[in-house]
Amino acid sequence: MYSDDTIAAIATALSESGIGIIRVSGSMAKEITNKIFVGPSGKRIIDKMQTHTIKYGYVISLDSTEDSFRDNIIDECLVSYMQGPKSFTGEDVVEINCHGGVFVVKKVLSEVLRAGARLADPGEFSKRAFLNGRMDLTEAEAVMDIISSKSDSSLKASINQLSGNISKKIKELREDILYNIAFIESALDDPEHISLDGYDEKITGLLEKWIYEIDKLIRSNDSGKFLREGINTVLLGKPNAGKSSVMNLLLGQDRAIVTDIAGTTRDTLEEYIKFGNIGLNLVDTAGIRDTENTVEQIGVDRARKAAENADLIIYVVDSTDLNNNITKGYIDLMNSFSNKKGIVLLNKVDLGKNFEKIDFPYPVIEFSTVTGEGFDILKDTITDMFYKGLGSSSDEIVITNIRHRNLLEDCKKSLVNVQQSVSMGMQEDFYSIDLMDAYSSLGKIIGEEIEDDLATEIFSKFCLGK
Amino acid sequence: MSVSEKNKLVEYYDVAVIGAGHAGCEAALACSRLGLKTIIFTVSVDSIALMPCNPNIGGSSKGHLVREIDALGGEMGKNIDKTFIQSKMLNVSKGPAVHSLRAQADKQNYSKSMRNVLENEPNLTIKQGEVCEFVWEDISNEDNIQYDKQSKSNLNYNQLNSKSNNEPLVSQDLFSYYRNATKKIVGVRSYTGATYMCKAAIICSGTYLNARCLCGEAITYTGPNGLQAATHLSESIKNMGIDLRRFKTGTPARMDGKTIDYSKLSEQKGDDRVIPFSFSTDPESVQKEQFSCWLTYTNEETHKIIRANLDRSPIYAGIIEGTGPRYCPSIEDKVVKFSDKDRHQVFLEPEGLYTDEVYVDGMSSSLPEDVQQAMYRTVPGLENCKIVRNAYAIEYDCINAKQLYNSLQFKSVNGLFAAGQFNGSSGYEEAAAQGLIAGINAAMYILNREPLVLDRSESYIGVLIDDLVTKDNREPYRMMTSKAEYRLLLRQDNADLRLRKYGYQVGLISEEDYKKVCEKETLILSEMDRLKNTFVGASKDVLSYLDSIGSTPLTTGVSLAALLCRPEVTYENMAVIDKDRPSLPSSVTEQVEIELRYEGYIDRQKKQVEHFKKMESRKIPVDLDYDDVPSLRIEARQRLKEFKPLSIGQASRLSGVSPADVSVLLVYLEKGNNR
Repeated sequence: MYSDDTIAAIATALSESGIGIIRVSGSMAKEITNKIFVGPSGKRIIDKMQTHTIKYGYVISLDSTEDSFRDNIIDECLVSYMQGPKSFTGEDVVEINCHGGVFVVKKVLSEVLRAGARLADPGEFSKRAFLNGRMDLTEAEAVMDIISSKSDSSLKASINQLSGNISKKIKELREDILYNIAFIESALDDPEHISLDGYDEKITGLLEKWIYEIDKLIRSNDSGKFLREGINTVLLGKPNAGKSSVMNLLLGQDRAIVTDIAGTTRDTLEEYIKFGNIGLNLVDTAGIRDTENTVEQIGVDRARKAAENADLIIYVVDSTDLNNNITKGYIDLMNSFSNKKGIVLLNKVDLGKNFEKIDFPYPVIEFSTVTGEGFDILKDTITDMFYKGLGSSSDEIVITNIRHRNLLEDCKKSLVNVQQSVSMGMQEDFYSIDLMDAYSSLGKIIGEEIEDDLATEIFSKFCLGK
Repeated sequence: MSVSEKNKLVEYYDVAVIGAGHAGCEAALACSRLGLKTIIFTVSVDSIALMPCNPNIGGSSKGHLVREIDALGGEMGKNIDKTFIQSKMLNVSKGPAVHSLRAQADKQNYSKSMRNVLENEPNLTIKQGEVCEFVWEDISNEDNIQYDKQSKSNLNYNQLNSKSNNEPLVSQDLFSYYRNATKKIVGVRSYTGATYMCKAAIICSGTYLNARCLCGEAITYTGPNGLQAATHLSESIKNMGIDLRRFKTGTPARMDGKTIDYSKLSEQKGDDRVIPFSFSTDPESVQKEQFSCWLTYTNEETHKIIRANLDRSPIYAGIIEGTGPRYCPSIEDKVVKFSDKDRHQVFLEPEGLYTDEVYVDGMSSSLPEDVQQAMYRTVPGLENCKIVRNAYAIEYDCINAKQLYNSLQFKSVNGLFAAGQFNGSSGYEEAAAQGLIAGINAAMYILNREPLVLDRSESYIGVLIDDLVTKDNREPYRMMTSKAEYRLLLRQDNADLRLRKYGYQVGLISEEDYKKVCEKETLILSEMDRLKNTFVGASKDVLSYLDSIGSTPLTTGVSLAALLCRPEVTYENMAVIDKDRPSLPSSVTEQVEIELRYEGYIDRQKKQVEHFKKMESRKIPVDLDYDDVPSLRIEARQRLKEFKPLSIGQASRLSGVSPADVSVLLVYLEKGNNR
């Protein structure tokens, strides 16, 4: 409805090119930005900023100190500050201009949110602009028409983006939570009929279950997950196809033991890397082959297991060692992980390209760890694979997903509050207050509790189009 | 219509209160105490403050209402303190927000004592008789202009939207709404033909309007307890353009206590230390002998009899038209709807000290007499019971309270107020709370002062009235703690701190009493401050104290306030490590302990209240023409036109008004502001 907390959102269309702007509006705008932005020398400078000026510097991660900022730079940015009421919304506004790119823009937004801003509902900036008298009459008329005509359809659109399973799960959780609120409340209302003896134990179990399920839902929200945690990527291939070399190239250092003896990597190796704009949780694995060596066999099993949990499998194929048998082996392997995203690296092309075109079920990239050929294509391919469709053309999907994720996290927060109340020995009437909040957060996802912030989603056209 | 047109008797009063139940008594007392000449009508003087159903006052959330009534200067709390025979603080094992007092009353004494209070009020006249007609006038334009002059807020968008951070002690704007009315009250007429001219009238007709009692096939057209029903007034109310509807409620049988075998029942005693309802009652004066209630259960045999005779129940046979309350089901409802339960609790409660009658709590019914007797006699302890009064269901005329402002005045008739079951509520406490507010606001109306409107964030009374006047209530409304969204702030223990100032402002609380609360508040704040700024470390004393209460040792220094958040630590047992503490009354230390122990939770609710207040303070002008607001959905437009909400906050709580409509309204109002 109308509140004065500080909100943030991506104010430009998400695309791989140009500049992305994160807008932060509200009384805490400066304070929040100050936590994640430093000047070129690493000093916090936003708090001393004059209105209507621009500063150059770095967005760094929230956990970073001034000393360690160099290791925590997310992007090089320009930040402008407009003190209210002379700003777009009439409130204090900070705008962070960063280097486009879906990942970076979202990463910056997520740091702003972590620093204390609330994700703006679509159109909330415009609405605040109105309520603070920053728009003229004609615009007001138009906005009113749009709210009333589009709010329903926008709500529906947002709900439709949920898969049937997720909304079913949320409904179940809601019913379950509501039942428990009702139980507590009836016991408070009529303590002589309904007893809460032993309820602590029951609710403790339920809370664990609910939080587990909410966590699962949060994880299932891909874009949110990739944004925060990176893409789980596994390197798979026959022994000595060069997986470890590929990994080292991506890492930029010799971490895995590289020899020309097949089967050197006996276990899985895990690294987090920033691969351009993308975070990858990279897992190098032992080569997949039938082996008599027990130790090596364990490695192979682990490799398969890692692949089963991956978001992306990069198949590393030695282009100098291709015959029908090997090709068939790879295709069998790919078929066994057919539900995963995959990329084929035809490695070692620096040694010659005299191989036949093979029909792999995934994009094929000619690659060399020696010359670096194919590196950029690999980067683009991964970006396309994970962020296309969430980016430029359909901003709403990203926003909605972040919105859903935030609501799930709100819900989780409320449930964790209940857990704390239980462990602190608080009485049951405190539980139901937080349970009610959890219930209403879930309701907002599936639109069963229609609050006006949902209706104002429609303002998004004014907001993001600006 | 009066029987006699020849009766030329005319008397002059400021306020006429129709009905002397729990709402009527509070309303009449408030008006007369505020210096207005008041007359209260009752069909029988012997039924003043009658308790026709359960013999207790208070209970979960209802106890809160009584405390609030008392804080504002009402009578209910004082009266039950004088006449209780058992008292219990409910939910003491739960958080302080849901602690609630409940007292068993000596019904006759309660009624007599209240009548005595009424009789001793100098400005109050008691009159037995049935009011059957209102005398009203149409309001001319001139009157409307006059209301404009009376009203401080001349309608001006800027003024209405100005953000007042300090919420007004009384609503600044409601008064201006009164000029939207088309009629005003000038008098009432009794069945005998006498006319009582008055400036305001308060309908507190309870369940008497066109009442019909049902006990199986036996139907009588009487009010509760066989008293005379009021059969004429409904017509006059309808003639003023007010819509009526029908609700239903019920009561169980009363047993002859001599026929109950108490040896089979388990005894339910009162608290060892009784806490009075009223903030003015000396706590020592209520430490007296108490009387027990008794617990028993229904069984499969009881349920079998009920099931076999459902066709003779007026509800299941379709004879009852009124809507009954789900939260207070008859025993036949319980058996049908909760068929998996093999027994239901039954409390046997004495009706008073000078009677043998016993109330059978949990078994209200409208089954025929013979079935009732058979059914009650299956219950252990009641095998040989004799019924003194049969259980019955009662149907009555009431209104949908959406026709009222939060001040409890009708939107269409100036000077006409309504309170209690007539507004679609249920319960003595709910009635008394509304009676008090209606009385105060009738007085404010006559005195040209702004009405008192309590909001949802400061009182249960505010929640009660707001729910009644904004929500679609399809059954008699009962207060519950879950209906108060800010209940951690609305505790029964701090009702005086929350509401005394309003009682004082209105004129029902003396300056002396008000100052006491102010002093209490100062003491609380300074003691909280002291505890937050007094630090203890891991000294020997502190460690041995913590060890003695089974609390984990300290590793760093903490404030006493932080220590108080530990469940094992109490303000009292902390005394050994807090040697320099000032000597404070327990009413102060209780608040200090609660406010500090639950500070995190309380602060969270305070934040929510800030947001709520913001929405409430965005007023909607009285003369807003909703047809001029583009883009409102048709349903919302109708709702808003019909309801005329006072604020954006209230508009957002109306059913049929979507958040998008609220946004549209906000933008429209802002547009006007910028013009």
